[in-house]
Amino acid sequence: MKRSPHNLQLDEAGRLLHFLTIDGLSREMLTEILDTTEGFTGVSERTVKKVPLCRGKVVANLFFETSTRTRTTFELAAKRLSADVLNLNISASATSKGETLLDTLRNLEAMHVDMFVVRHASSGTAHFIARHADPGVGVMNAGDGRHAHPTQAMLDMFTIRRHKGEFSGLRVAIVGDILHSRVARSQILALNTLGVSEVRVIAPRTLLPSDARSLGVHVYHDMEKGIRDVDVIIMLRLQRERMQGALLPSEHEYFRLYGLTEKRVAAADSEVIVMHPGPINRGVEMDTKVADGSKSVILQQVSYGIAVRMAVISMVIGSQNLTTQG
Amino acid sequence: MQVIQFMEADAVESLVDVMAGKLWSLLNAQDIKTPLMVGIRTGGVWVAEMLHAELGLTDPLGALDISFYRDDFTRIGMNPEVRPSDLPIPVDDRHIILVDDVLHTGRTIRAALNEIFDYGRPASVILATLVDRSGRELPIHPDVVGLRPSLDRDQHITLTGPDPLGLVIGKESNRSSRNPESEIEA
Repeated sequence: MKRSPHNLQLDEAGRLLHFLTIDGLSREMLTEILDTTEGFTGVSERTVKKVPLCRGKVVANLFFETSTRTRTTFELAAKRLSADVLNLNISASATSKGETLLDTLRNLEAMHVDMFVVRHASSGTAHFIARHADPGVGVMNAGDGRHAHPTQAMLDMFTIRRHKGEFSGLRVAIVGDILHSRVARSQILALNTLGVSEVRVIAPRTLLPSDARSLGVHVYHDMEKGIRDVDVIIMLRLQRERMQGALLPSEHEYFRLYGLTEKRVAAADSEVIVMHPGPINRGVEMDTKVADGSKSVILQQVSYGIAVRMAVISMVIGSQNLTTQG
Repeated sequence: MQVIQFMEADAVESLVDVMAGKLWSLLNAQDIKTPLMVGIRTGGVWVAEMLHAELGLTDPLGALDISFYRDDFTRIGMNPEVRPSDLPIPVDDRHIILVDDVLHTGRTIRAALNEIFDYGRPASVILATLVDRSGRELPIHPDVVGLRPSLDRDQHITLTGPDPLGLVIGKESNRSSRNPESEIEA
């Protein structure tokens, strides 16, 4: 198979062979994903919520880490494209019997799977699978360690574009555990590639990478200052296990300093939208009134997640078909 | 590709007038009072907009993007210029007038019919096309046609627009996989 020498996820003609990371993708490619997503948004509202695009294709969900939202929206997206879906609960099956990742992969390929959707606690797993997959088999990264969660980032970009129209001129604040967040990393790359005016990250020092500024963001430790006049607020989930790691004093203290309340939202732009990748810890990252309030677009994010995944699955399956023929 | 202007806007508009007249007679003959008009993106929608106005239809015009129903997806990949289909009115038990610019192989119409049926079960579908040209690969026949030009196999006729509309004829060139419109134009 002809691959781009620089980027595993692109072929020589710049088509998407895998979707592993936002890193290295052009603004044109991200825009193409968003435009294609636009085409799929209506499918969910029809009598028959399916299009025949990927009929006869098999998509295997390989989730080595638990997930409800991402796995079900990937499953629904593949089914709405008329693909057949295999859900493999890997942690409970082969690997616990000592089978290596590559053996699992080879066995599934022998079943003529066309795409792997991979989530794993280790960064780089989706890349590893993409490197070793047979020609014609596409790989989707559904979250790898602290590294990337590109479909989450793209559904966030789609939500922002739907509400704000353009990316230029926007100020976006990402609040919370930047250090451990693959979502934040992918969001920052996507926002900067799409050309927003400013990306701010708001977090305590313990939850920021030491080189945060090198990501192309402005760093704030003070929620009140950081949130001022922003057009988009993206809250990140606080993983409770971080408390035990002594990175944070307590949930109560975190909410006092960084929790999103109606009062804090009022300091942002009057048209601000509030986003969260889910699942929300109500009363930890966000007040319930904000989560359910008029600025919240959290449930729309979930709906758009299906359309975004339909777009990238169909783009990848389409280009994989082309490269194996060519 | 060599392209020559075949018809200017006013000539195209006269063709649409002819189509509107034929449609009017056909609807009367079949006793269809309130048809629902649906255009196929992109050129079919331009033609449908004019027909919709001329016939004074009250229900809003629908627009189909058949990218998700193409039979050549596995050969050409995803159309990067896909836009959402928009059928604002339920199609169940309605008489549909399906409008396209150029009827050629019939594959677009096959795709459009499949898509319409994923929205519901229409009472009937009438096919109206601005141009009906040779080269059919499927048993699909239009009910109303503006023009039947005589073309060679390697000639393409395309509706350009929307402002001004025009019909151009070109010779076949190297088909690019990134431009699916050149693969099938009807």
